[in-house]
Amino acid sequence: MEADALYVAWRDLRFAKGRFALMGTVVVLMTMLVGLISGLTAGLGRGSTSAITGLPADHLAFAAPSEGQKLSFTTSDVSQQQWLQWQAVPGVRKAEPLGVTTTMATLGARTAALSAFGVEPGSGLVPANTQLSPGSVVLSTGAAGALDAQVGQKVTVSGSELRVAGVAGDASFGHTPVIWTSLADWQRMAPAPNESQSHATVIALTTTSGADLAAADQRLHTSTVTTSDSLSAIGSYTSENGSLQLMRGFLFVISALVIGAFFTVWTIQRSGDLAVLKALGATNGYLMRDAIGQAAVLLTAGTAIGAAIAAGLGAVASAAVPFVVDASTVVLPAVVMIVLGVLGAVLAIRRITSIDPLTALGSAR
Amino acid sequence: MSLTLTDITLTYPDGDSRLTALDDVSLFVPAGSLTAVIGPSGSGKSSLLAVAATLITPDRGRVLVDEVDTASMRREQLTALRRERIGIVFQQPNLIASLTAREQLQVMAHLAGRSPRSARGRAMELLDSVGLADHADRRPHQLSGGQRQRINIARALMNDPTVLLVDEPTSALDHERGAEVIDLLADLTHQRGTATVLVTHDHAHLDKVDQVAEVTDGRLRIPELIMVSARP
Repeated sequence: MEADALYVAWRDLRFAKGRFALMGTVVVLMTMLVGLISGLTAGLGRGSTSAITGLPADHLAFAAPSEGQKLSFTTSDVSQQQWLQWQAVPGVRKAEPLGVTTTMATLGARTAALSAFGVEPGSGLVPANTQLSPGSVVLSTGAAGALDAQVGQKVTVSGSELRVAGVAGDASFGHTPVIWTSLADWQRMAPAPNESQSHATVIALTTTSGADLAAADQRLHTSTVTTSDSLSAIGSYTSENGSLQLMRGFLFVISALVIGAFFTVWTIQRSGDLAVLKALGATNGYLMRDAIGQAAVLLTAGTAIGAAIAAGLGAVASAAVPFVVDASTVVLPAVVMIVLGVLGAVLAIRRITSIDPLTALGSAR
Repeated sequence: MSLTLTDITLTYPDGDSRLTALDDVSLFVPAGSLTAVIGPSGSGKSSLLAVAATLITPDRGRVLVDEVDTASMRREQLTALRRERIGIVFQQPNLIASLTAREQLQVMAHLAGRSPRSARGRAMELLDSVGLADHADRRPHQLSGGQRQRINIARALMNDPTVLLVDEPTSALDHERGAEVIDLLADLTHQRGTATVLVTHDHAHLDKVDQVAEVTDGRLRIPELIMVSARP
């Protein structure tokens, strides 16, 4: 954009400082709020889902729920037969059982609520560089911190003593830190409905694009979804994420409306100036570019400041609350604010085209 | 280099019927001459100005700017014509509040797609010719009514128009300041060779103009007695 563009708009911004500062402050505050909610949503989401999103698998097969029921990590139960058969499905490179249950662990005077993930020894589902065998446990850093546990210590999990084989990753599930145990140990914590069989909660699949997952589901009585779609099967995640996203959505809409209202009033207020400029030979295009550019300047400056403040506050707050500061929680909401704000402004500024230059003449009629 | 209005008829809807604002009006304004259009309020003189400014299309008749007929032009062409050939001096000075005196003029270059910076020299020259070179950096609220009206005139001349249309320039000024403004308009018209139309209800300064036309009930009359021959 050449320096001379927005000739009138820049000078209006400087001249009507008070009004634009007021509107700019509103944009800053709105962006801050959106940014803080975004960071918190991502932080809470991570606490709820990071153990699943971090799995080295692209799909999860749940036990097919009965009619009208949704997928759930709490109610799903798959048998050994099912994962063995899944391993034979063409296009499926890996099919590994994964047990998921909530439990409690104690070490000395400390007790912590945890999510126990049961995997077969040698499975790739455990964080890298850790060895897991029956009788041992791998702790996430969150679990190790809560129990104040060191490698080699013995932790009591649901009544059985397990030796800490390693501490790795910060995986968390349903807002509790994760521990990994062997599938055999896990089955003691979460007995099967039908005790004769080896079982798990879901089957973690690594597939190639050619795999016919739907046909296998039919045959094996499972229900397979992508890892990211499986997050809705985590009890608390859908509702908390949904309400935060709703708040965020409303903030975006409110921002666009407030910006639209401001520029409606502003355009009406300067319709005299606009009529004069039109009478002097300004085209609609010239005036629209000028006005939309003005809105874009205001929005960009306001959202940049708001997003920076939100990121700063978030970085400080992340010591105490789950909060994520990254491009998706800072830059993305800011960009959406700018786009929706400009959209609101464009709808308001459109009225420029209907201003009659004739009104610039004193008493034309 | 002239303005010609030929057989202009303009009507407005008025309830079920139509009101005739201009009734078969013809007017020729040669280059370098100042024509005053007088008449009581509601007589149609402002309508005449709006038609000449191409802001209203008449029901019948033709407007020729520089011998170019405007009747067949599209809206964007008329906008360009106003920008390049027609200077308008408004009744209220109608300056943009956020711009300094010099920027009021420079924005005219920007409207025409030229760099305002390159137009700085011309803007200063015009401000000088209306006696306000030392007020170039003032905004409208820092200027008197007479000064605003002078900037209004300088702005109209910025893109070197053929036709200069002036709408009641003295209505907000006292007699002395009004006389100064009319003197200035007459001087600029003769210097720059514009075909100037001055709409006024103020008969005080008519000795400065080259031609007087009187509008009554939409009809135009050029009284012989006060008609002064146009300069070449």
